[in-house]
Amino acid sequence: MRNTGPIFRRELAGYFNSPIAYIFITVFLGLSSWLFFKGFFVVGQASLRMFFGIIPWIFLFFVPAITMRLWAEERKVGTMELLMTLPVTDAEAVLGKYLASFAFLGLSLALSLVIPVFVAVLGDPDPGQVVGGYMGAVLMGGAFLAIGLFVSSLTENQIVAFIISVVVTFGLFILGEDFVLFGIPDWLVPVFSFAGLGGHYDSISRGVLDSRDIIYYVSIIVFFLYLNVKSIEARK
Amino acid sequence: MIEVRNLSKSFGRTVAVDDVSFEVSKGEVLGFLGPNGAGKTTTMRILTCYLAPDSGSASVAGYDVLSDSLEVRRRVGYLPENAPIYQDMDVISYLEFVAEVRGIPREDRRRRIDGMVDVCGLGKVVGRGVGELSKGYKQRVGLAQTLIHDPEFLILDEPTTGLDPSQIIEIRELIKEIGRERTVILSTHILPEVEATCSRVIIINEGSLVASGTPEELHSAAGGEDTIHVSIRGDEAAVKAALAGMRGVTGVTGAGPGPEGFTSYTLKATGGGDLGETIFRAAVENGWTLNELRREALSLEEIFLKLTTSEPGRGSAEG
Repeated sequence: MRNTGPIFRRELAGYFNSPIAYIFITVFLGLSSWLFFKGFFVVGQASLRMFFGIIPWIFLFFVPAITMRLWAEERKVGTMELLMTLPVTDAEAVLGKYLASFAFLGLSLALSLVIPVFVAVLGDPDPGQVVGGYMGAVLMGGAFLAIGLFVSSLTENQIVAFIISVVVTFGLFILGEDFVLFGIPDWLVPVFSFAGLGGHYDSISRGVLDSRDIIYYVSIIVFFLYLNVKSIEARK
Repeated sequence: MIEVRNLSKSFGRTVAVDDVSFEVSKGEVLGFLGPNGAGKTTTMRILTCYLAPDSGSASVAGYDVLSDSLEVRRRVGYLPENAPIYQDMDVISYLEFVAEVRGIPREDRRRRIDGMVDVCGLGKVVGRGVGELSKGYKQRVGLAQTLIHDPEFLILDEPTTGLDPSQIIEIRELIKEIGRERTVILSTHILPEVEATCSRVIIINEGSLVASGTPEELHSAAGGEDTIHVSIRGDEAAVKAALAGMRGVTGVTGAGPGPEGFTSYTLKATGGGDLGETIFRAAVENGWTLNELRREALSLEEIFLKLTTSEPGRGSAEG
């Protein structure tokens, strides 16, 4: 995994070498705080529940936008040929890119800490909920990133990568929602509700840290990164 | 040493490379010639571990491209067609990235990069974004990337496309220079390039090898028919008869009397023997005056056309 480092640094610098990173972060922070504070003052409670409630919906669009270029651009510009003929294993390349996107998402989330700080000044939010919420966001975001990165490796068109990622993530996200569970045979209900990306986030962000939820997200991440390595190999 | 054995690769129904075998030894600059779509790039991509062969094997320095892929990639410097470069980086950080992945120790990186900037003439564009470079400079940055780890093997896919004539000459000189102690495979469809830089040539067409050898060997493989122009003052019928009777001559045409009573003849000859001397002796013996004796060898261009447009089977029989 020696070459994960240089690839990670190159990709992370890649975000900041163009205006993309700044636009993304601005839109993310702007949108999340606006949606949050719009309701916050109406309800008048020093609670971040609503903030963590809108995070998945912002991630649904924000995360595919972060990952869409990672492989698609390499394929389009032809640098994929350069990267894969350097002494780099497929796994190192996938991991380097994944960690770079993860760091970028982490940075965006870190900047959004302004919101809980602001709420803490005004009132007395539940610290357990804030910690849990951020942990949930990191885990769920990590899963979204793994899905988006994999989808990006399937096409050389960034827009296609974006749209397919949104559709796939959305599909996996609503899998465990009540209105889906309502329409399927009873014996499938536990399977769907466990497989859904959303349910685990809900319980973590309520402050309930269950190892099953963590294992779930980690397995989703590992599974899609594995698929990604396979799809890179498939070029041969 | 690069060894390719019975290499085949198809994409769907298209056969890109079909049972190709060749070897390149140390110090050789091998020219890989063929029309567009002949399978040059596919072969190079297999040698650099970007693609895997369907059947057959390829090895670099004894390492197989499939089972020892990383060892192969460590030893090879590869310049893909059109020299793709990360658009969002500047020249130096791009070279730094490649140097780091290539495992060049941190303390040597600066020195290696400076060396490459020097060798590839990048002084003017240091610090500029790669995206804003001209085609020629991109190609040079690509070449710098290829050479940065001082590889034993160089694989260059059309290294001079898109360059202006003076840049082409520069790059060719550079390749010649660096090719002295290394093993180089160079693909091109520009023939003078091969004559200028390569010690050996392989011609590939529609995925198959049609010819292999030094430029001279290829010449005889393509039929070895020479055209000789002579201009002689003497009895036209006698001269014609004498010329036609010489060994290897397959046809004589006279162009009629020219100025000062000289007649030009065009001889077609095979075998490649020294007809010039025979003609000269005949002229002395018969008291003819010889004004011109010029041999026109088949250019690589003609050989190339002959080998790549001939009906199936013919070319390989000759090669």
